[in-house]
Amino acid sequence: MGSDRRKFLHKTAVGGAWAALVAAGWLRPLRLLAAPWNKAAFEAQALDEALRQIGAAGASESDQIQLKAPEIAENGAIVPVEIVSRIPGTQAIYIVADKNPQPLVAIFELLPGLEPFISTRIKMGESAKVRAFVKAGGKFYVAVQDVKVTIGGCGG
Amino acid sequence: MKIRAQLRGDVADVKVLIFHPMETGLRKDPLTGDLVPLHFIQHVVATLNGKAVMEAQWSRAVSKNPFMNFRVRGAKPGDKVAVSWEDNDGEKGSIETTLE
Repeated sequence: MGSDRRKFLHKTAVGGAWAALVAAGWLRPLRLLAAPWNKAAFEAQALDEALRQIGAAGASESDQIQLKAPEIAENGAIVPVEIVSRIPGTQAIYIVADKNPQPLVAIFELLPGLEPFISTRIKMGESAKVRAFVKAGGKFYVAVQDVKVTIGGCGG
Repeated sequence: MKIRAQLRGDVADVKVLIFHPMETGLRKDPLTGDLVPLHFIQHVVATLNGKAVMEAQWSRAVSKNPFMNFRVRGAKPGDKVAVSWEDNDGEKGSIETTLE
C-alpha cells in the first residue's frame, strides 16, 4: 500500500538530483539509472516475497527456456549459469537461487538488438534450485535446475 | 575490465570481465575478524554504438570479478560495443571495443 507513491516520489527525487548532476557536467548521461535498483526484490529474504516483488509469482514452467548450470558445483562462489530463451518477445531474464540469503541474483532487461541469451557466474550459499525466469509479453515463465554445492560461496 | 567481441555474421558475441570484489557483507576479514562491508555492482549497461541493448541489475550474489556473455544482433565491423557499471558506493567503470 502506498508503495507506488513512494516509488514515484523516490524516482522524482533521484531523477531530479541526477538531472542536476548531468546538467552540471559531473556525469555523463549513461542510462545507468534508467530504472532504480529494485531494492525490495533484491533484499527480500523469502523466495515467495522476491518473486512477488518482480511479478513472477505465478510463472509457468516452460521448455522453451534452456537453463544450463552444473548439477554439482564444487565451489559455490563461482557457479556458471547460462540461459537461452526461445519464447518470442522475451523482455527480461531473471536469475534466482532459492536458498541464498537473498534469493534474487540478477535481472537482465533485454532491449532491441539483444539476443535472448545470457551467461554469467553466481554465488550460491548452499545446494538449491536455480531458477531462470523469463518475462515475455508481460507474462512470466520459468525453468528450474537443482544445483548441488559442495562448498558454499556466500561468506567467501 | 576486459572485453572481447567476435562478429559471427551480424551477431556480436561479447564477453566481459569486471574486476570487482563483489563483497556480500557476510565475509569476515581473515586478519581482523571484522565483517567486510557490502560492496557490489548494482547496475550494468551494454550499448551498441551508444544505444543501450541491455540493462542489468545485480545483487551481491553475482560472483567476484563478474563475468558476462551476451550477444547483439544487427552488428557490423566498425561498430562499438561498450559496457558500463556502477556499484553501491557510486564507483563506476566502463570499457569499449570496436568490432572487426
